[in-house]
Amino acid sequence: MDITFLLNGETVELADVSPTTTALDWLREARGLTGTKEGCNEGDCGACTVIVTDADGAKALNACILFLPQLHGKAVRTVEGISGPEGQLHPVQQAMIDFHGSQCGFCTPGFIASMACAHLNGETAHDDALAGNLCRCTGYAPIVRAAEAAEAAPVPDWMRDDVPTASGYPALPQDGDELATWYLAHPDGTLIGGATDVGLWVTKGLRDLGEVAFLHGCRDLQRIEAGAGGTRIGAACTMTQVWDWARDRHPAYAEMIRRYGSVQVRNAATIGGNIANGSPIGDNPPALIALGADLHLRKGDGRRVIALEDFFLDYGQQDRAAGEFVEAVSVPRGQDALRCYKLSKRFDQDISAVCGCFNVTVEDGMVTGARIAFGGMAGVPKRASAVETALLGQPWTEATVAAALPAFAEDFTPLSDMRASAAYRLSAAQGLLQRYFAERSGQTATVLEVAP
Amino acid sequence: MSVARPLPHDAAPLHVTGAARYVDDIPAPRGCLHLAFGCAEIAHGAITVMDLDAVRAAPGVIAVLTAGDLPFANDVSPSAHDEPMLATDAVFYLGQPVFLVIATSHLAARKAARLGRLTYDARPALLSIDDALAASSRFEEGPRIYEKGDTAAAIAGAAHVLDGRIEIGAQEHFYLEGQAALALPQEGGDMIVHSSTQHPTEIQHKVGEALGIPMHGVRVEVRRMGGGFGGKESQGNALAVACAVAARVTGRPCRMRYDRDDDFTITGKRHDFRIDYRVGFDGDGRVAGVEFIQYARCGWAQDLSLPVADRAMLHADNAYHLPTARIESHRLKTHTQSATAFRGFGGPQGMVGIERVMDHIAHHLGRDPLAVRQANFYASGGDISGQKKPQTTPYGMPVEDFILHEMTEALVERSDYAARRAAIADWNAANPILKKGIALTPVKFGISFTLTHLNQAGALVHVYQDGSIHLNHGGTEMGQGLFQKVAQVAADRFGVPLEAVKITATDTGKVPNTSATAASSGSDLNGMAVKAACDEIRDRMAACLAELHQADPADVVFRDGRVAIGGAEMPFAEAAGLVYQNRVSLSATGFYKTPKVKWDRIKGEGRPFFYFAYGAAVTEVVIDTLTGENRILRADILHDCGTSLNPALDIGQIEGGYVQGAGWLTTEELVWDDTGRLRTHAPSTYKIPACSDRPDIFNVALWDGANREETIYRSKAVGEPPFMLGISAFLALSDAVAACGPAYPALDAPATAERVLMAVQKVRA
Repeated sequence: MDITFLLNGETVELADVSPTTTALDWLREARGLTGTKEGCNEGDCGACTVIVTDADGAKALNACILFLPQLHGKAVRTVEGISGPEGQLHPVQQAMIDFHGSQCGFCTPGFIASMACAHLNGETAHDDALAGNLCRCTGYAPIVRAAEAAEAAPVPDWMRDDVPTASGYPALPQDGDELATWYLAHPDGTLIGGATDVGLWVTKGLRDLGEVAFLHGCRDLQRIEAGAGGTRIGAACTMTQVWDWARDRHPAYAEMIRRYGSVQVRNAATIGGNIANGSPIGDNPPALIALGADLHLRKGDGRRVIALEDFFLDYGQQDRAAGEFVEAVSVPRGQDALRCYKLSKRFDQDISAVCGCFNVTVEDGMVTGARIAFGGMAGVPKRASAVETALLGQPWTEATVAAALPAFAEDFTPLSDMRASAAYRLSAAQGLLQRYFAERSGQTATVLEVAP
Repeated sequence: MSVARPLPHDAAPLHVTGAARYVDDIPAPRGCLHLAFGCAEIAHGAITVMDLDAVRAAPGVIAVLTAGDLPFANDVSPSAHDEPMLATDAVFYLGQPVFLVIATSHLAARKAARLGRLTYDARPALLSIDDALAASSRFEEGPRIYEKGDTAAAIAGAAHVLDGRIEIGAQEHFYLEGQAALALPQEGGDMIVHSSTQHPTEIQHKVGEALGIPMHGVRVEVRRMGGGFGGKESQGNALAVACAVAARVTGRPCRMRYDRDDDFTITGKRHDFRIDYRVGFDGDGRVAGVEFIQYARCGWAQDLSLPVADRAMLHADNAYHLPTARIESHRLKTHTQSATAFRGFGGPQGMVGIERVMDHIAHHLGRDPLAVRQANFYASGGDISGQKKPQTTPYGMPVEDFILHEMTEALVERSDYAARRAAIADWNAANPILKKGIALTPVKFGISFTLTHLNQAGALVHVYQDGSIHLNHGGTEMGQGLFQKVAQVAADRFGVPLEAVKITATDTGKVPNTSATAASSGSDLNGMAVKAACDEIRDRMAACLAELHQADPADVVFRDGRVAIGGAEMPFAEAAGLVYQNRVSLSATGFYKTPKVKWDRIKGEGRPFFYFAYGAAVTEVVIDTLTGENRILRADILHDCGTSLNPALDIGQIEGGYVQGAGWLTTEELVWDDTGRLRTHAPSTYKIPACSDRPDIFNVALWDGANREETIYRSKAVGEPPFMLGISAFLALSDAVAACGPAYPALDAPATAERVLMAVQKVRA
């Protein structure tokens, strides 16, 4: 593939790049820009964070799972380009020195990139902005002090990148039609949205992907549109877009997305990818199933719509034909009583052991509707049908909830793995229903809401 | 004065601009090759067939080496000669390196390494403490036992007796920079090695053995590590030796770095422990006697497990006077990664044992655990009249410098402990689902290598004729700020600004026979060695200048970048030039050995430590009784650094140590499956604290007091001790669980949401 992008303000044109060369390897090995570090090579530590600017603005991304073609038509800024052309320190760099934010220094370039990007975008929720950057030395306190100290400083002029113009080609389709054509012709090919999952097939699985198409040029698949029946979310929307959309409309879903991956991961990961890969521990499906979402699939010019929950047939098996791709997910309009609960070893940037999403409709004290879906409890994202049945038509009381708890064992036979035991999963899932009842009764029932 | 100032890390401007160079950032020399290990896929068995044809045929592969191809020693152990770099005829853990791929790129080497087809005759694998005990698989002939008094009789005669057990999980270092090395072949068979290591001399030694050349043929350089935490004390040997051997075989520079998953799978971690205890005490909770049985899971090779297990025994008392004690230590050999050094080096595990005992006693008596702790504290040392003899540890060392009574009282006041404890009880009464907990735990940590001969250090200092100073010593920089602290010492000795001192990479060619930068000893040892070297040069300068000016050398003053000799005064640079012209050497080595330490590790008697470092922390947490989710709300810390060499760097060690210690005991869970495969082998599955896991309120202060022992500027070591402040988070969780029901929580570590939920359900049952 031939690609072009800006690197620290300078135009780079590359011919015949291997589509699965990572930006990190290229920066370090081909360009000798060794400031950007490899810490984990799977997008979980943030040591490789770089700033990528496209038409939507500047985003922090993990360079270790970012393939070179994903940079086509964008501007990249590495830690070396966060200092000014005359070597002037960026305000976050100066603050990190002044507040002792670096010890061993290895994670520091990634922190600088995340902090400079947040600073550029006026973000001051530092814990969220830095959730994807691990530091093993400092305990983070001095880093957050530095980020706070730099908040008010003006953005240096060298930080504002223009986006270069670049044209597309078949493996870089520019809309859903081109993608549909390409995928029909390459039904065994791999579609790459944000590469937060596929990236690991390459960096960890050491797989040769064969034919690939990148979706980031398909602007029409990156739209969130309100229609009469509800909201249609394009499959190539990043989780950052979904988060922005959900904040006002579905705050509980938004709060879960806040903990989903990290800034770097949400900026790359697409909602379509999270659904299409069929993972039993993806966090979007339970929330969307609880909201009653539909899935829009396309193959060539043919389209069909199914209930999202029907997409997941069995572990590793989805209702998707060769050459067919997820085009969008739609969420019905209307009020909901959604709550999303994500249980993991660590609050931020962790894969759920259990993800429980509840949407119970109560009218005149009686349960008239219940959509309860779980991740991590079965081989697929799955509704808790027996629990729903136990609640439906009953008064919405603690006694009803208690009586419904045994039904979890009918719905789920979870596995034990490194994230949690089967016993814990079942017990905690029951606890989540109790939490849902308590929260709807006005109690504080999550530790994240407790202030010291 | 350059000492005692809160200066930033010397490399901070390089860190923040990406200019700080780590081993893998050194530009690859022309023709550089890259290495990867092919590793065992089972935990224990004989290798019957090793089919490496596909590996050799893979793109970019230059050569593939097995044990039989190694020219000289096949050993990367720190001392016991039980750790072949490449497995010979059998494998002893899943992940053990078996063959070495030499290829044209890192990726080509990794891809080829997966193509090996190994066939095994599998043997039973001992994975757990129970497995090893059942098979009596252990290092040393039997358990090591330290005893003080007649413990059994004391317990039998006590008003109250409790027994219990705690399981304490292991911990992965997760240094952000993985293991890495680069070997550059030199003329005549010599080798230069760049290694991310805490122990350059050991790298030099092991590379020399592997190449069949004396140590003088190997020069090891370490500018910095991207974190070490003990994980680079011995675990870098394999990569450095592999690079050196491959460089010898190919005649080309060779470099190697572990991919993160390989790093997790191949290298050792903190030892996981089981501790059984039995304690007798009175109605106030005062201990009459305690028996501990410590089981350490050491893995397949000895590595540093014996001194680690020793240090766990040596910290079984923590801050408490135990009139009688019996500590039995089992060092168990299992078919897992060889557990290794990790910040605290066994001390944290030993300390968790006694802190659990204090917590259990308090629960049994219905007293505030803090009151029980204070009742058991060692008596204050430092009774100048000599009337009162200091109390002694279970290993017979008098505790002369005990300051925790005063520190605890100060912390109780600063943290508003009593009022908050009462407020938490009220809050818990009003909240059926969420419960808060609070705990104050102390730290008393022994400072010195317990292998006494390691308590030595060297330095090399040059003053150039322009007055600039070249500083070198045997310590390594892993982020702790050692280089800056030592540079502050050097600048102070010469009375020059810090900018006059050039910090240089650790280099076995400059300072020989160094000890690992470990045991928190870096600035204590190297600071003193540098001071000796600087003072030697300064004294020579003073003598020369005094003679020139017919003054007394004692009246020559080095201050503010100038030198005053009687009535005359000149810039330091001019003085250096003058001394040079008068043909006086401006280069000196410095040497230091720690005084007073002497002990018998077999009997467990004597003075293993020069002094103790102290600290105390109060942590408040909240738990969810429906899911076990939990988090830290607030931490208040008071820590003893003696007279701090650099308060900013010391506070950095304390904040970072606390969070790392709390991580060990909460979210960081290593899980091996039934086949011995480590299932948590990357940050996706192994969860160190993230940004939002630090306490919402995080108050850290330094205790104001000089070290009573004569250390460098009366400072105290700070690397490891604050790690154990994190124990307060664990016991705060125990306190919160205890609010849920009458039974004792007996929480195991790490206290994941799952373990907390199980404990809640248990106390309610």
